[in-house]
Amino acid sequence: MEIAAQALPRNRRVPSWGPWAVYAVALVLVVVLSRATDLNVALLAVVGAILAGAAVYLWSRALEGSRRAVDRAATLAVTSSFVVALVPLVSLLVTVIRRGAERFDVTFFTHSLRNVVGEGGGAVHAIVGTIIITGAAAVVSIPIGILTAVYLREYGRGKLAAAVTFFVDVTAGIPSIVAGLFAYALFALFLGPGIRLGIIGSVALAVLMIPIIVRSTEEILRIVPNSLREASYALGVPKWKTIVRVVLPTALGGIITGVMLAIARVVGETAPLLVTTGLITSVNTNPFAGRMMNLSVFAYFQYKTPGVPPEPYLARAWAAALTLIIIVLVLYFVARLVSLRYGRTEIQR
Amino acid sequence: MSARSDSLTNSKVTRPSRAGDRLFAALAAGAGITILAVLAGVALFLIIKSWPALTAPADELPGNQSFLEFVWPLAFGTLLSAGIAILVAVPLAVGVALFITNFAPRKLVPMLSALVDLLAAIPSVIYGLWGIAILGPHSVGLQRWLYEHLDFLPFFKGPASATGRTMLVVGVVLAIMILPIISAIVREVFSQAPRSLREGSLALGATRWEMIRMVVLPFGRPAIISATMLGLGRALGETMAVAIILSVSGIVTFNLISSSNPTTIAANIALNFPESSGIHVNALIASGLVLFGITLVVNIAARAIIGRGVKA
Amino acid sequence: MVSRATAQPASEKSTENSMSVDGNSCIEVSDLNLYYGTFRAVADVNMTIPRHKATALIGASGCGKSTFLRSLNRMHELVPGARAEGTVELDGEDVYAPTVDPVAVRRRVGMVFQAPNPFPTMSIYDNVAAGLKLNRSKIKKSDLDDVVERSLRGANLWEEVKDRLGKSGMGLSGGQQQRLCIARAIAVEPEVLLMDEPASALDPISTLAIEDLVQELKQNYTIVIVTHNMQQASRASDITGFFNIDGAGQPGRLIEMDRTDKIFTNPANKATEDYVSGRFG
Repeated sequence: MEIAAQALPRNRRVPSWGPWAVYAVALVLVVVLSRATDLNVALLAVVGAILAGAAVYLWSRALEGSRRAVDRAATLAVTSSFVVALVPLVSLLVTVIRRGAERFDVTFFTHSLRNVVGEGGGAVHAIVGTIIITGAAAVVSIPIGILTAVYLREYGRGKLAAAVTFFVDVTAGIPSIVAGLFAYALFALFLGPGIRLGIIGSVALAVLMIPIIVRSTEEILRIVPNSLREASYALGVPKWKTIVRVVLPTALGGIITGVMLAIARVVGETAPLLVTTGLITSVNTNPFAGRMMNLSVFAYFQYKTPGVPPEPYLARAWAAALTLIIIVLVLYFVARLVSLRYGRTEIQR
Repeated sequence: MSARSDSLTNSKVTRPSRAGDRLFAALAAGAGITILAVLAGVALFLIIKSWPALTAPADELPGNQSFLEFVWPLAFGTLLSAGIAILVAVPLAVGVALFITNFAPRKLVPMLSALVDLLAAIPSVIYGLWGIAILGPHSVGLQRWLYEHLDFLPFFKGPASATGRTMLVVGVVLAIMILPIISAIVREVFSQAPRSLREGSLALGATRWEMIRMVVLPFGRPAIISATMLGLGRALGETMAVAIILSVSGIVTFNLISSSNPTTIAANIALNFPESSGIHVNALIASGLVLFGITLVVNIAARAIIGRGVKA
Repeated sequence: MVSRATAQPASEKSTENSMSVDGNSCIEVSDLNLYYGTFRAVADVNMTIPRHKATALIGASGCGKSTFLRSLNRMHELVPGARAEGTVELDGEDVYAPTVDPVAVRRRVGMVFQAPNPFPTMSIYDNVAAGLKLNRSKIKKSDLDDVVERSLRGANLWEEVKDRLGKSGMGLSGGQQQRLCIARAIAVEPEVLLMDEPASALDPISTLAIEDLVQELKQNYTIVIVTHNMQQASRASDITGFFNIDGAGQPGRLIEMDRTDKIFTNPANKATEDYVSGRFG
């Protein structure tokens, strides 16, 4: 790079309000044009941003030299990419809230689709199903995940540990539908083809949850200072008690955070459940018998195969989507709270 | 100080701790072995259930074709959609990561990171609903414009779909879904770019962008590559967004803006599995095995490049 | 160049022998060699640690003092690949005998570390009680209260924390946290208390407090203290052992061990004299 070749000689600077003025003008133009003509707003916004950027670049280049101009252009590009990344998020949330609000009522949360055609009905069977299926998955994956992380951090040396680490990574990359197929194949081998049960879905979700829990628990165990373990050993406490009564309690906040994030990740999974849990319109609380509905599958099928007229079905789908997002956001929010309250600061004071 | 009654070899003291240690260690190792068993099980059961389809003669499979003919268009669609996703997501993700680590005010960084990570929290079925209800229809104008002006390119041969349920839209939605994953990894590495190098170059008079080009980007290159491959792995396996948005006809084509599109392995399974039976089920599972193989290769390559120090 | 502890003047030796005949809680180290994998970190140590005295171990960085200290309660073997050859006899029993569980050793030989490390999730009370509660589950609350108070008094911390036993130990100052760790260590009533540079992370006033505490503690426990600080060794200990290393990559050795005042005013060995007069280290 020829930095030395180009000095920054100019004394004049683009005033600090300069770029903002250009952007403001561009914004106004975009708004006006989108109202006046029928050109696409997004297209106008993109063109407007590019033109504004070019204007700032040329202005800067004239006053400040090409190096600074490039720097300004880069700043604009990077900032725009951030804005562009957030636009879908905002649009999605707004859409889900607006469209989901229509059926976000008491009926939705207290009724199932049993004997319902067209209007009315609700998703209580899907909500119950989500809780049961995800709950069963958590019951299976939490002990396995935490113990594996303990093994890798506190015991593992040599080939077995290396193999386990590698396979945890591989398992983390399994597409969710493949996890569903595995669970189906496993049960179908013993119970015959065409089997659909809630517990099969739980097994598929557990396969997805375990690597997440292992990794996050491993990370938090790494952060627990070794001096705590040494203090415990020096008191004559055996290794397993040290882990269970000193290390794990110290790491508890981080472990809980990781578990909640894993649950948030799988609560919205649809694909593995499509191939394992089947469709049902009424409430089923037994994961070991009969099909079970889940919120995301509910939303999918309401949208995909609505009746005639489609509006009530679509409305239910959006309401289910809204419920799902709320659940996920609550889990994320609580996980964050837990990690702030019990996180690193507590350990590393 | 009284003399000790328990000598060092008193078994009352030693035996419980030894047993407890052995039991617990076995339990922990057992959990690790369970994971090995699970993965082996995944491969094993998939192979068992796929075998009939892999070895069946051509006329038994749906569409009267051999398994290879059955799975090839699906694989093509999978790779095409993931390819578009990567092309769109990586530059954006790098830009987002740069913004958060080098341009945004320090105090806002946790909040901004949380916002971007929120993209990853949203379930894929909701992305599908949003894609078909909002993004698709809104992109019709753009796709028509592409058809009218750039149809000499095989990607825009058209005719432009009227509903927006095209491979282009699917690719963009997939890009949005994998962006937070790539961005999180790259962000982590960018923030670890050596301070001394960054401050040193600024002290020599480099502009911020020059500093980024000279120090941060080269430092982060292996991470960008590895994150790209991890994102690719996720895009390859994504099911619901594709299943909901895409209007499928199963043909193999590079045309991104029409309503006749190939589908992906995962979406095909999702769409057809619930109602399938017999050998068709085996064929779908076999295609799942193929998908598993592809994502396995991609994920292993990603780990090989950057090692395990990275969260995904 | 190596001078063994046995090369002490006869008068000193006889008093030592009489002490070790009386009580049976001194430590006898014979031909101890400590390895990390194939690397020998400490070589051929022979040492007698007398009962109810404070023994200081001094020497430059990296000459094996801490490694040696940790071998006395079998903590050094927590590092993978670490091993010991030779014997360390506690009351006549070799702690390295094959039938001995290291956990049992550590209940009789306690340790306090350089940086205070109270358990962050436990209160002050629970910290002190940790050694007892984690090892024996059925203890009456009133007995536990007595032990906690006794230990905190023994560590000169009782008056400062008696009104906030339920609060977290992390809210204490550095010096207080270190005394908390000492209280925790003596709550299980060990015979020996090992201290690995216990005051190096503390301010001078807290350091003095710890040194005074050592003088009190030695009435009930045998103290072995590793220190970088020669002044501390000369202030706080009765016996001093000097460790040194021949060169990079060489194992550390015990060069000389004698009454503290003799080591610091009239050492028998030239290397010792060079070290204590500040010519190196």
